[in-house]
Amino acid sequence: MRKLLLQSLFRQPLTEQAPRPDDAAIAELAATVGRTARRRLGRSLSIREVDAGSCNGCELEIHALSNPYYDVERFGIRFVASPRHADVLLVTGPVTRNMREALERTYNATPDPKWVVAAGDCARDGGCFAGSYAVVGGVSAIIPVDLHIPGCPPPPMTILRGLLGLLEEAGSGGAAR
Amino acid sequence: MPALIDLIRAGRRVERHNPWPRVSVDSGTWRSAAGALADGGLSLLGLWGEPARVHMALLDNSTSNIGVISLDCPDRRYPSVAARHRPALRLERTIHDLFGLVAIETPDSRPWLDHGRWQMHAPLGERLDAAPDAAPYPFLPAEGDSLHQIPVGPVHAGIIEPGHFRFTASGETVVRLEQRLGYTHKGIEGLMAGSTVEQAARLAGRVSGDSTVAYGLAFAQAVEAAQQIVVPPRAVLLRALMAELERLANHLGDIGAICNDASFALMHAHCGVLRERVLRAADAAFGHRLMRDIVVPGGLARDITGEGPAAIRAALEQVRRHFPSLVELYDNTASLQDRTVGTGIVTPALARQFAAGGYVGRASGRGYDARRSPGYHPYDGLRFDVPVLSDGDVNARVWIRIREVEQSLSLAGQILDALEAGPIKVPLQIAPEPCEGIALVEGFRGDILAWLRLSDGRIERCHLRDPSWFQWPLLEAAIEGNIVADFPLCNKSFNCSYSGHDL
Repeated sequence: MRKLLLQSLFRQPLTEQAPRPDDAAIAELAATVGRTARRRLGRSLSIREVDAGSCNGCELEIHALSNPYYDVERFGIRFVASPRHADVLLVTGPVTRNMREALERTYNATPDPKWVVAAGDCARDGGCFAGSYAVVGGVSAIIPVDLHIPGCPPPPMTILRGLLGLLEEAGSGGAAR
Repeated sequence: MPALIDLIRAGRRVERHNPWPRVSVDSGTWRSAAGALADGGLSLLGLWGEPARVHMALLDNSTSNIGVISLDCPDRRYPSVAARHRPALRLERTIHDLFGLVAIETPDSRPWLDHGRWQMHAPLGERLDAAPDAAPYPFLPAEGDSLHQIPVGPVHAGIIEPGHFRFTASGETVVRLEQRLGYTHKGIEGLMAGSTVEQAARLAGRVSGDSTVAYGLAFAQAVEAAQQIVVPPRAVLLRALMAELERLANHLGDIGAICNDASFALMHAHCGVLRERVLRAADAAFGHRLMRDIVVPGGLARDITGEGPAAIRAALEQVRRHFPSLVELYDNTASLQDRTVGTGIVTPALARQFAAGGYVGRASGRGYDARRSPGYHPYDGLRFDVPVLSDGDVNARVWIRIREVEQSLSLAGQILDALEAGPIKVPLQIAPEPCEGIALVEGFRGDILAWLRLSDGRIERCHLRDPSWFQWPLLEAAIEGNIVADFPLCNKSFNCSYSGHDL
């Protein structure tokens, strides 16, 4: 372990090693998200992720936000374990009938001010699952949605970009709920 | 004890079902099949319904033959398989929820996927209107002094899928875990019925997002079997390349995440880097990080990009270079080993009984791998080992993944070497008569079963069975006697799919 840690000490962080344009874009984008989040919310933006019936593809990419390439925690954006600690609910999936109540209760358990971000094509309108006996529809059929991030699943960069959009709206006086 | 061949001979052969036989049997033969499952001569590969029929896919453990037996049940009742062979239980409860068919003498008649919120009963059967009725679900009892219950979910603390776990604990020790699933039930089989092959292929790729390539492949192979289509060699190789990249990415993610659940974040960070490299290479090669919607019936939706092979080789090389030091780190960190060794043990007998696939089965002595048996192209022409261990603990499930990472690295390299120019798709046909196909494909999690019937170029009925069906129940067994705090670790070492199971 010592050898590995030692190597890590002397190696450039992966996030700043930006020979490729998209790596540079990530660093720039994440920095902007961090600045806006701080202006609006002090030091942090706490996100509670809720899977309302997704295929788990969106969860994989939301997980990737925390890997060393995107590392959203550097900027004070973090995922929290309880809706009581959250500023933002990040909801994925078509809302299934079996998850409807759980989603409503999670929303009601989140203190104001709060924002809801619907991530993925299914979360907009149910996607290819719309019309099923087991699916209610998109997230906005159940709770008010402030922002929708498209993609199937949206790549981590797109999710970051979406959070930036939300923060800019919030920073320019867009009302939280 | 009847062998599979005896059961097949006892039934009436159904025409145009490929590649393995399907026979229509009487209830006596159905019962003797349940007996053979209980005796261990056969393994259950799947159990699914139609409005007035039940099907059972069987694997003969001595010959490795596969066959499907079907029982017509015009009175909407059939003899319970679970009464003799418990791994069939959740599947039977599902058949009741979706089709309204009753398993006679079932040991558990509680609903499974139906939480009383669909506004109808038997949505794929009689579709009887029902008022929303969220009646309390009766959990199994656990009685004794000083026991307490811990309800967890459906919304969990991390970024994971929804499901409910009901722990009964004595102090810190878990006495019983009971799962309640079905929260992500989207009615995929209902949506598929009557849809075009293209629509159904998109749905198949969204059954479980982490296995989108494997599901796409299973569905495509079933369609191709039904229509007796042969896919061009280049498409076969590229499909396997994507399947191995998917396995690689998921295993790397899992190894890191398991260690993270033992609070060893260093492994998580390093494995996360390698996983990201693989996903970026997949994006460069196929235009999508998870390679979704690229495997389609008949071949591939698009070819690998010009820079794809080089991007994949570079990612493989990076994993090859860095992974051994991570394995060494895992193996030499005593505090981590203290958490994983001897934790969450699945006995080989249970793995065999439930025909558990993937790393869950292979860590407990069951070496089944659909790439080997029944086997499919191009794996018959590639060199790879199927690692098997018998300890059955979290550590063994980590080691199986480590060994499979190495195998997938080798396989992906072999496939790139073998790649030659050529067509990547053949057109589908519209058969004049209904035809049926079945396929068994090895996803990263285990064997995925796909069965379907085509009629007039559309899907009449399709059933997709996730490996998790036979792994979730083993998690209940594995956690017994462990401490509550080790549950996340055990759960992650299984990494069962909620969405794939709930459909």
